[in-house]
Amino acid sequence: MADLHFLASPARFRRLSQRVLPSLAFATVLMLAFGLYLALIQSPPDYQQGDTVRIMFVHVPSAWLAMAGYGLLAALGASLLIWRHPLAALMARAAAPVGAGFCAVCLLTGALWGRPMWGAYWVWDARLTSMLLLFFLYLGHIALSRAYDEPERGDRAAAILALIGVINLPIIKFSVDWWNTLHQPASVARLGGPSIHPSILVPLLWMAATLFLLFVLLVLLRTDTEIDRRRLENAEVQS
Amino acid sequence: MNGFAALVARDLRLVWRRPGDVAVVLAFFVVATTLFPLGIGPEANVLVRIAAGVLWCAALFAALLSLDRLFASDHEDGTLDLLLLAPWPLELAALAKCCAHWIVTGLPLAALAPVLGVAFGLEPEVLLALAATLLIGTPTLSLIGGLAAALTLGARKSGALLALLALPLCVPTLIFGAGAIEALATGGDFGAHIAILAALALVALATTPWAIAAALRQAGE
Repeated sequence: MADLHFLASPARFRRLSQRVLPSLAFATVLMLAFGLYLALIQSPPDYQQGDTVRIMFVHVPSAWLAMAGYGLLAALGASLLIWRHPLAALMARAAAPVGAGFCAVCLLTGALWGRPMWGAYWVWDARLTSMLLLFFLYLGHIALSRAYDEPERGDRAAAILALIGVINLPIIKFSVDWWNTLHQPASVARLGGPSIHPSILVPLLWMAATLFLLFVLLVLLRTDTEIDRRRLENAEVQS
Repeated sequence: MNGFAALVARDLRLVWRRPGDVAVVLAFFVVATTLFPLGIGPEANVLVRIAAGVLWCAALFAALLSLDRLFASDHEDGTLDLLLLAPWPLELAALAKCCAHWIVTGLPLAALAPVLGVAFGLEPEVLLALAATLLIGTPTLSLIGGLAAALTLGARKSGALLALLALPLCVPTLIFGAGAIEALATGGDFGAHIAILAALALVALATTPWAIAAALRQAGE
């Protein structure tokens, strides 16, 4: 915990992130280049899905990051409400649109994959629907944190919302699963089957690691911007 | 506990003196429900099929519509500051406000829904079941809506924001409320749906008062 408290000062965080960001950006670009080679050229097309399977290399990691991103928002919200870390508020403000972005990428790539595979851009499948609701939760968080004239008030309200949202996510997931089985028992083709072949799994995990780095990079970059913006606003108020 | 009853009684008295506020919400419920047959067409079997979902969605919107004033008027006239200073828990005050809101919206909505259900051609036993699901489900809507109202207190465009926050969180209640009627029609387990609806209400009862109180404390700062 001591390390987290150490990072809670925006100025200290800023110095650290300035040192880390260039190499992090460099590593992300390199990994992305190699990951795209793995995903688009080196890995074989699926025997059933053909080349559309390649959409999965972006789709699946985006879904993971969208879910992890909301967990991050809840953790930041807790640290804001418990310890009043000023950095947690700025980072939550920075991370919410990134998480929402990955959620949107997941939904859009899913639609592009669904059209040739299922014959429809959208089906009211339990997984798709709960992902869409997660996107709405993100939108609520973003809108609430920016709805006040005093930004601190928005930060705290959004922190409470993130905590309530993270309690509700499993309930929403459970009820949507129930709702779907009630209306139409799994009629939709499922990705996967018994196991994933290494020729697909390796690029998938590589892309997951790459997109994770991209997520971290974007959040750090945007947190820096938020620190600058908050300083600028405070300077304007004082002058 | 005395304070709890006093606060509920105060809110009910305020509503009693201006009954128009409740009447508008109920009128919205009736009008919104009437639009569905007009938009979809008067085919009897289609209307029976969609009735529960339509009535539940309309009730959800009506409950949300009445929420943006839940704490706002107390915030403006200083009552909220007194509640914050009062020597008894703010969580209880939050619960009392939600309780009063349920009595003046949830209860009338549950009573009115079967009447509208007749217009959709529902059987008498389905009408009773509909009232029962609304009776058990609307407390959850009042509590979640109360949280959204407390979070958006003093925000710009609080009305639309309130709906955006509350609607995704109300999805489980909607699914099991409307699903119970569906289960009744298709021979599913009606009791299980009711039990889960009640469970959702209890979870909301156990968690939201604390969150509402936390949100109100920030609004008072």
